[in-house]
Amino acid sequence: MSKVPMKRVFICGLRKDRKRMLETLQRTGVVEISVEKPEDDYLETMDVIPQKAAFDKNANLAEAAINVLDEYAPDTEGGFLKSLEGPKDMDLDTYYAESVNSGAYMEAVSRILALQKQIAEDKAAIPKCETRIESLKPWMNFDLPLDFQGTKDAAAFVGSLPKQVSLEEIYQGFAEFAPSVDNIDASVISTSDEMTCIFAVCLKQDAEAVENALKQMNFAKAQLCSMVPREQVAELEQEIRDANADIEKCAEEIRGFANMREKIKFAADFFTMRADKYEVLSHLEQTRKTFFINGFVPSRYAGELEKKITENFDAVVEITEPAETDDVPVALSNGVLSDPMETVVESYSLPGKGEIDPSRIVACFYYIFFGMMLSDAGYGLLLCLGCGYVLLKVKNLKPGMKKMMKLFFYSGISTIFWGLMFGSFFGDAVNVIATTFLHRPDIKMTPLWFEPVSEPMRLLVFAFGFGIVHIFTGLFIKLYQLLKAGQVKDAIYDVVFWIMFVGGAIVYALTMPMITGMLNLSFTLGSTVATASAVIAIVGAIGVVLTGGRESKNWIKRLMKGAYSAYGVTSYLSDILSYSRLLALGLATGVIAQVFNKMGSMLGATWYGLLIFLAVFIVGHILNLGINVLGSYVHTNRLQFVEFFGKFYDGGGRPFEPFTENTKYYKVKEDK
Amino acid sequence: MENLGLFFALLGAALSAGLAGSGSAIGVGIAGRAASGVVTQEPNMFSKVLVLQLLPGTQGIYGLLIAFITLTQIGIMGGDPNISLAKGLLYFAACLPMAIGGLISAIAQGQCSVAAIGLVAKRPDQFGKAMIFPAMVETYAILALLVSILSIFGIVNVPF
Repeated sequence: MSKVPMKRVFICGLRKDRKRMLETLQRTGVVEISVEKPEDDYLETMDVIPQKAAFDKNANLAEAAINVLDEYAPDTEGGFLKSLEGPKDMDLDTYYAESVNSGAYMEAVSRILALQKQIAEDKAAIPKCETRIESLKPWMNFDLPLDFQGTKDAAAFVGSLPKQVSLEEIYQGFAEFAPSVDNIDASVISTSDEMTCIFAVCLKQDAEAVENALKQMNFAKAQLCSMVPREQVAELEQEIRDANADIEKCAEEIRGFANMREKIKFAADFFTMRADKYEVLSHLEQTRKTFFINGFVPSRYAGELEKKITENFDAVVEITEPAETDDVPVALSNGVLSDPMETVVESYSLPGKGEIDPSRIVACFYYIFFGMMLSDAGYGLLLCLGCGYVLLKVKNLKPGMKKMMKLFFYSGISTIFWGLMFGSFFGDAVNVIATTFLHRPDIKMTPLWFEPVSEPMRLLVFAFGFGIVHIFTGLFIKLYQLLKAGQVKDAIYDVVFWIMFVGGAIVYALTMPMITGMLNLSFTLGSTVATASAVIAIVGAIGVVLTGGRESKNWIKRLMKGAYSAYGVTSYLSDILSYSRLLALGLATGVIAQVFNKMGSMLGATWYGLLIFLAVFIVGHILNLGINVLGSYVHTNRLQFVEFFGKFYDGGGRPFEPFTENTKYYKVKEDK
Repeated sequence: MENLGLFFALLGAALSAGLAGSGSAIGVGIAGRAASGVVTQEPNMFSKVLVLQLLPGTQGIYGLLIAFITLTQIGIMGGDPNISLAKGLLYFAACLPMAIGGLISAIAQGQCSVAAIGLVAKRPDQFGKAMIFPAMVETYAILALLVSILSIFGIVNVPF
């Protein structure tokens, strides 16, 4: 259809009804509430940011808890299809009943998060213990505490020397650095390439000298440990076991919360909704007893909304046409086939002021172009089956996902059509299978139209033809928009002259034998047409040169600018050439499919040949399908965005964002 | 020396698959690095950045396509692989647009994809637009593919 007509809505209600009315509006979800600063001092807004922040925090905590649950107790039901689902419906009574419990659900949330924190701490503790154990390993044979200082008369040194050192070398060291000391007893506890752990004992009075000698040998004291290493290691190992047991216990408790998942999801949604409500609340203009809501509502819901508000509340509802200066938000509404095109239009930009919704016209070309680029009946069939299955199986698909699925479903139908036209079913699979396994090379799919591989020029001409139609459709839409806005002069200067210029040039080209010969056309237009089209093109060109720079006052400047804008005709040439991708991508799909068929059939009609064929066939065609669906999608979009929209469409509309339940899991219905 | 024609045709096919494939490998490679960076922060952006990463991959496929058509036409894939030197050189020349155009456009497209991945990371709602920028670069690969295809199919009709 088109852009949804919008009405301005103004509600004046009693302050006591404020929250209830907002909830009603939120569940109805048809009003976009304007955010405006109060114009005079009499009106005020309320500061509810702290409450909103609290609700946001709760919503985030609940989300975090759901993630934790998903990690420890994955929701296995439904699998992939379920991930495509949108929010479930919930009726108002259940909602009220459940919202009372939201506090209790939040307790579960905080418990889950506490458990997860505990697990994280335990997990962090384990490597610490393991490092300790690793550092105590060299001391395992030592049966004193590592911080052993000595006895009343003896001093002891426990520590390590760098590198591998033998006992003799240690005694040599003592002899060298502490020659005055006689009674030293040293022993090697353990040794490795990196270090040697030693234990040295001497008399207390020699302690200082021995310590100095050890320092000279780069002695490092063992890290403090008041226990015998073996016992310490045992204790650490016990700690690791405890941590692991604790992790398992916490995980088990988290798994126990799995049946709370839906409740927690509700809590997440509940707090999101409340946060949104408070967000709106903080912008509402109010007096001591009343409050005001300003906004936009689609016309078709306006009456219903007015009735609902006035019936349930003591309030005044005023519905008016939006003023010329209003920044009216844009929503699109379309029929079956053009509905999926909204995603394409939205991803470019929504129609701005005075622009039509191009979805319907885009739909006319989109499916044709997509089908020509993919152009294989087998691939089209797979696309249709895949998307059709999802559409049938998952009832409440996310809205965007639903449009995408429909887009590919219809594109798939078009692909089947073009595949049959060009005689391609998984490339030349029919012929290859018949030749290799049935020895009947005569069986093949005959194209309904012609085979692009054998007549590429013919398809190229048709691609250009489609391109010219597409581009001129764009120009005519611009003409329509300008005329509708009453800008007749602009319409003539910017569109009519161009249509004459480019159109005349194209027709004139068809009168030249060189061009028609190159394009393999069976006709060349006569000389009368040549003269007429040349005149039209020249008139158009002169018109463009004279008016292209009309915003300049200076005539010289104006003509220069006009000449420059006439140079823009080259962009029409490149635009039309750009449609050659219809042929190129179509050929790419077909020929690569043939490559896989050929590779698969190389081993001939044996049993292992058949197995190889099946494997290559499945893997190859899935690969080809994937990459070409991507290519077709991207390039069909490109043709719409660049070549088509470039002619008439600027976009820039502001999307309609109604105050609604922006929830992930549940959608509360106003009416039962 | 009588097989020199075949050699040149084969060289063309090899360059077309090899150079365009290398270009795609570089393009997909740099885009993949950017994509990995985004996914470390935002794992649910995976499918979006994957699409953007794959965009420079098509040149390799076009190169393979040209190589395959050439191999079929010169009879390497079954048939009589015996063509004149002149024809061999013609096939060689016909493969060049795809080889050179594929190599360079894939690298440029890869760099463009990197930027587009950055765009999507910051503004996930702008995916549609982000996809169009790399697709602009691809146009020239498609034009190169077209010239190569039309040339190769045209060579059959050359008399010598």
